[in-house]
Amino acid sequence: MAPLEAPVEKWTGKIRELKLGSGGRKTITVGGGTTLPFVKFEGAQPHRPAIAIEVQDKEPTDWSEFLVSAWGDALKNPGAWAKKAAEFGADLLYIRLASAHPEASNTGAAQAKKSASEVLSAVDLPVIFVGPDVAEKDNEVLVAVSDVAKGQRVGLGNCVEKNYKTIAATCMADGHVAIAKTPIEINLAKQLNILLSDVGLSPDSILMDPTTGALGYGLEYTYSVMERLRLAALMGDGMTSMPMICTAGEESWRQKESKATLDVPQAWGDNQERSLIWENVTAISLLAAGADILVLRHPKTVVTVKAALDKSF
Amino acid sequence: MALTGIEIYKYLPKTNCKKCNFPTCLAFAMKVAARVVDITACPDLSAQSKAALESAGRPPIRLVKFGGDTHKVEVGNETVMFRHEKTFYHPPAIMVRIKDTASKEDIAKLVDEVGGYQVERVGMKLTMDGFAVENASKDQARFLEAVETVLAKSGLAVALMSDNPATMDAAVAKAAARKPVVYAATKENWSGMADIAKKHSCPLVVRDSSGLENLVALSEKVAQAGIEDIILDPGVDSFKSSIDSLTEIRRLALKKNFRPLGFPVMTFPGVQAKTTEEEAALAAEQISKYSSVVVLEHFSPALAYPLLTLRLNIYTDPQKPIQMAAGIYEVGAPKPDSPLCITTNFSLTYFSVAGEIEASGVPSWLLICDTEGLSVLTAWAAGKFDAERIAKAVKQFNVADKISHKSIVLPGKVAVLRGELEEELSGWKVLVGPMEAMDVGGYFKKTWKP
Ligand code: SF4
Repeated sequence: MAPLEAPVEKWTGKIRELKLGSGGRKTITVGGGTTLPFVKFEGAQPHRPAIAIEVQDKEPTDWSEFLVSAWGDALKNPGAWAKKAAEFGADLLYIRLASAHPEASNTGAAQAKKSASEVLSAVDLPVIFVGPDVAEKDNEVLVAVSDVAKGQRVGLGNCVEKNYKTIAATCMADGHVAIAKTPIEINLAKQLNILLSDVGLSPDSILMDPTTGALGYGLEYTYSVMERLRLAALMGDGMTSMPMICTAGEESWRQKESKATLDVPQAWGDNQERSLIWENVTAISLLAAGADILVLRHPKTVVTVKAALDKSF
Repeated sequence: MALTGIEIYKYLPKTNCKKCNFPTCLAFAMKVAARVVDITACPDLSAQSKAALESAGRPPIRLVKFGGDTHKVEVGNETVMFRHEKTFYHPPAIMVRIKDTASKEDIAKLVDEVGGYQVERVGMKLTMDGFAVENASKDQARFLEAVETVLAKSGLAVALMSDNPATMDAAVAKAAARKPVVYAATKENWSGMADIAKKHSCPLVVRDSSGLENLVALSEKVAQAGIEDIILDPGVDSFKSSIDSLTEIRRLALKKNFRPLGFPVMTFPGVQAKTTEEEAALAAEQISKYSSVVVLEHFSPALAYPLLTLRLNIYTDPQKPIQMAAGIYEVGAPKPDSPLCITTNFSLTYFSVAGEIEASGVPSWLLICDTEGLSVLTAWAAGKFDAERIAKAVKQFNVADKISHKSIVLPGKVAVLRGELEEELSGWKVLVGPMEAMDVGGYFKKTWKP
């Protein structure tokens, strides 16, 4: 029979390429796709999605026992944790400056600089730093980190509507990438990209965080917003074409399906197996929706998702 | 694709004879398009027009049904590439492979486990769909025995897997009441398999993993042999080509109305997996992207629950978000002196609030008010989340009987309701909680006092 004609769409846009890491640090580039994720018959995805591992600057008090046993004492020290994350196969690190949260230790610029330096000297991987997600506090610690990491092109976040000006300015001054986070909504995502561009930040220095809903906790909203952002970008909208980052690990491990170990319904099955699959399924589904960077927590999930990516490319 | 009234009109006799009880052929056509009346109400429609209408009106991806009275499965008939464009209609069947090389006891045990599996989520009971019983032994008697065990122990759907038409015929005869899926017609055996599927009116899987062209050729052959209910197995058992092939199939079906690929797709995500996690991963991808029958190699509740949840998420109608049933929910294991919060019944609102409460480690009571699926601010603006409704919920669900204090936490975004609510709920203290769910934990620790 006659060969099938591949049903290609004529996309006019493409996903922007975004580079993290510079100044002696390893670099990684994500994005650049000219088609939908993993659709090979019509275009290219020149850079495979990257796996970031989450590291915190203080020992987490509320993490599942399965995470705690996987990381052991490394959780007590951001440098050691970062090193171990590198050994576990992270392409880059996602450092949460959790100690700065007013409800935690309410640390400030000095501690942020110290933690950042520890991580930066412990590993040569590209790094993203995020604050405690309290806008004023984020400004304080991220500006401090920006200075320490000057010229190393790290990611700084989360940049939200309330504090985007400060973070954009510090990114421009020190050559960093802003993580623009918006609540699961396509127009808000686009609007924040426009605001950031309007103050002079290059669109090629923006990474979008569309806000992740975990499996069973709003995943479908994130999934569809990401698909719509991808489609808008491929149709030529340059303000939705930034690569996307998803905090699949953090969101999955917050849910009771991953945390509960007592009084668990029998139908939920083995606690550890289910928790791991919960993170894994969240991650894989968001990859299919267009994630360019996945932030994960459990080393085993990193292995599974990397194996999937190895086969995909 | 559903035809428009004008398209239907073209096929009608155009005599306006009124025998259909409509004044004109055009009026009739419009009603047919709106599915108010069936095309057969026009007695003068030629057989030729009828056939043409039927074929033009056929959905681009056929709806395929299998399973018996105890568990019916319908897959296919999808109309869009992306769920946000409309919705995905028919969730994939999730089945478990059973090999007839396993012992009778092991088969019985697995069937009991899968068949009895049920997990509850947002008020829905999620279950597995059935079994793919494989003639791995190549021995007919053994296969029939395995099929009998499965049929006897569970009412779920079955797919029968054998390359041997004689064996298949005998097995399908046994399972006929269950309308089993016949797996599979290949380049070598398609003619015999098509005869069996036709004889028992069962769906037939066509399998060719050597490229879509060959799959198309096979699909055309069995269609010509008179099989209407086809399921496609392109052999995508790895991440390498799954999304790529399944996207190509669905696009050709939907965008090019390409009939040979206008059928649901069946996949086996665990064939190459080295671990259950790997199997879960590919299954998750295939549930997200375009598989209609997913056959697992393993079963465990810890694998089934996330996959059934993903299926529920992806196949939720984006226009009709899942609503939580109004009522009083326990987050953690609250005691009478635990905090009481209220929010709306939009599922995402519920999940973020419940998730944050969960994460805070402070067990609480969460009262869900029926706001017709709207989020806090939208519901407030639409008058569906006001003092009156909240007070009604407090009374309706006997909240006062569960707690030892009389204070309720309002979402910060509707702080304006405080005064009014205190009037509606005399003797209660109304507290104003944080603006965002994510600050609930901090609020509990620092501010909350009953
Ligand atoms: S019965 Fe048929 S031909 Fe007569 S008016 Fe109705 S549609 Fe037209």
